[in-house]
Amino acid sequence: MNIFKHREALLALAILASLGLIASRFPAFIQPASLANVINDSAPLMILGIGQVIVILTKCIDLSVAANLALTGMIAALMNGAGVPLPLILAAVVVIGAALGAVNGVLVWKVGIPSIVVTLGTMTIYRGIIFLLTDGKWVNAHEMTDGFKALPRLAILGLPVMSWVAVVLIAVFALVLTRTALGRAFYAVGGNPHAAVYAGLNVGRTQFWAFVISGALAGVTGYLWVARYAVAYVDIAGGFELDVVAACVIGGIAIAGGAGTIWGAVLGALFLGVIKNALPVVDISPFWQMAISGSAIILAVAFNTAKSRPKGRLILREATE
Amino acid sequence: MKPVLCLRGISKSFPGVKALSGVDLDLYPGEVTALIGENGAGKSTIVKVLTGIYQPDEGTIEFDGQPVRFPSADAAAKAGVTAIHQETVLFDDLSVAENIWLGHAPRTRWGLIDRMEMRKAAARLLESIGATLNPDARLGDLGIASRHMVAIARALSIEARVVVLDEPTAALSHQEIHELYELVEKLKAQGKAILFISHKFDEIFRIADRYTVFRDGQFVGSGKMTDVTEGQLVQMMVGRSVDQIFPARTRQTGEPVLTVAGYSHPTEFADIGFTLHRGEILGFYGLVGAGRSEVMQALFGITKPSKGAVRIEGQIRVIRSTTEAVAAGIVYVPEDRGRQGTVKGLPIFQNVTLPSLGAVSRGGFLRMSEEFALARSYTQRLDLRAAALDQDVGLLSGGNQQKVVIAKWLATKPRVIILDEPTKGIDIGSKAAVHAFMAELAAQGLAVIMVSSEIPEVLGMSDRVIVMREGRIVDEVEGDRMTPETLVRAAAGLAAAA
Repeated sequence: MNIFKHREALLALAILASLGLIASRFPAFIQPASLANVINDSAPLMILGIGQVIVILTKCIDLSVAANLALTGMIAALMNGAGVPLPLILAAVVVIGAALGAVNGVLVWKVGIPSIVVTLGTMTIYRGIIFLLTDGKWVNAHEMTDGFKALPRLAILGLPVMSWVAVVLIAVFALVLTRTALGRAFYAVGGNPHAAVYAGLNVGRTQFWAFVISGALAGVTGYLWVARYAVAYVDIAGGFELDVVAACVIGGIAIAGGAGTIWGAVLGALFLGVIKNALPVVDISPFWQMAISGSAIILAVAFNTAKSRPKGRLILREATE
Repeated sequence: MKPVLCLRGISKSFPGVKALSGVDLDLYPGEVTALIGENGAGKSTIVKVLTGIYQPDEGTIEFDGQPVRFPSADAAAKAGVTAIHQETVLFDDLSVAENIWLGHAPRTRWGLIDRMEMRKAAARLLESIGATLNPDARLGDLGIASRHMVAIARALSIEARVVVLDEPTAALSHQEIHELYELVEKLKAQGKAILFISHKFDEIFRIADRYTVFRDGQFVGSGKMTDVTEGQLVQMMVGRSVDQIFPARTRQTGEPVLTVAGYSHPTEFADIGFTLHRGEILGFYGLVGAGRSEVMQALFGITKPSKGAVRIEGQIRVIRSTTEAVAAGIVYVPEDRGRQGTVKGLPIFQNVTLPSLGAVSRGGFLRMSEEFALARSYTQRLDLRAAALDQDVGLLSGGNQQKVVIAKWLATKPRVIILDEPTKGIDIGSKAAVHAFMAELAAQGLAVIMVSSEIPEVLGMSDRVIVMREGRIVDEVEGDRMTPETLVRAAAGLAAAA
């Protein structure tokens, strides 16, 4: 566990260093308002990152989060158009998102399909459903009520609601992961599924709940996204699931499961957010942005591998010598 | 006749265990040498030394009178030593011919694999051992016996002069065993030196020309089969010395806790019935593969039995999952600690509290102070040696990991604890601690089942011993009948000594 605490400190340091570097030439970037903007931009990535951490902890992966976000976002926009009151819409996105996650969970748990295959399939299906619902039409800003659009931008203590939602969810799920039996089960199931069975845990059911949580969080993000950008269509957040996985990997979440924290994913999301927001400021082409994010991912994984090597060597030595 | 391969004074140690100490082994051309010994006698280790997988710490290997070293499996194969293991490593999705020639396939002059030649050579090899298999068949589609033939063909594809057969008949049917004997005769006629490892006395007497006996990693004796009797071999295998000290126990068993009747599984075991009492240590002895662990895993809800009844304190209990087993008061400490016992990456205390999370929670939240208290009380009773309870469990030694697993289960306050090979691969000091603790648990009224393949441990710890063979209970011994000879004979399927 110490290794990961150490890792997260390193990542925080890397974020501060890059902020310092940028500030040395563009001091405006680290003004509170500008930083608040970076955090707010990273909020969807953080919220989805929480769900993804939990799924990855259980040795699975959820590639359908962005499609889930787009579908629940579209449903929220359509409900808004039909005059459904906002509190009901908020409740609906959580339930629908969770239900879409539950579909993944059931297929992994009861049918035993690998999660990467399941979510690769549902990712396409969920976007297909948007198409069926709308015939490919967009829902634009003028078709949304002001209340629907205003909520994510409403500022409380200088931070918009969208950021506050992320902060609250991070706190809640940090508590769930460290202080509840379910949270412990996520770690145990991913860390050693065999031993988890022998300890009386139900591996499939634990993975199911991870997908439900990931789905519900994607549902919440769906509303926030559509309301903030004031547009809903088939392709919103296209490819965003890969950013989410990247944030987790950069944050030191072991892709083999069983190790990692919410804070890792949050810092990973912030790191990507800083890069994304800073590169236009320092006038670097967006193509570099992709290369830098990509390098960060590989560096992070190389770091993980280097850290876990000593253990692997010991086992090998016994077997080969 | 001069031996083709001579091993002299071979020693091999692993952390905490001396697997071989100064053993000798000679193999003669055109003869079958049987290597005999109990589980843990060092048979597998010597095979690994012979085939270059392990390097001996001491000792010499002579091949044709020349000292040699086998720094790798490849080097041993090049020298002409080949082994067919208990679990042969083959590739399901490759063809028979590809499996035989993987790694040393014939090449064309362009350096590419010569598929034509490979198939022809494979067919020749298969024919030479009397196997009628299509070289193009996918290996995964074949039965166990055919796969074995492929493994043998692969072993022979390197022009071997020394062939090791490690329990080759364990998974074969009667007819297939007969075919294997014929094959061994063929190999003998070709002048190959054969090392034959088996637990079955009838087959050793039928096929072997010579024997070598190991016990506890030491050389006990060797000679010609014609000069020895079954009884003498058994005597050599078990010896007389029980050089470990076991805790003194006064037997005080109470009322029945666990009653099992007519317990059967489609393939693994049949008609198992026994009663376990409070305060009793019941030993389960048998050869590897006798079905002991499978019975225990069924009792713990891992595998599903097809028939039979389990009663706990007189009440019928249906156990379909590990959760139900724990609820019924049955816990199981698995043999494979690394895979089934501990969750590496989680600290010690979280491993201990994993099945008891309800007991350390208040209002749905885990209380870390109570987790620590629970973990501390049980790990202290087991004398766990660890720097701190929040240290990663993967950093502990095997013996201490075993203590963590036992502590984990004791924390659930079970009625029955099943220990599967509780001291396998752990150091002497930890062994004594586990034994002492087992005695203490029984004294406190817990019912203990101990599955063990170590005869001194079974005899030293158990009040009663059940012997299993091929999925069935073949004997139940207590009191004066608890001798090494009785156990070995029952487990090997020999008639009781007159």
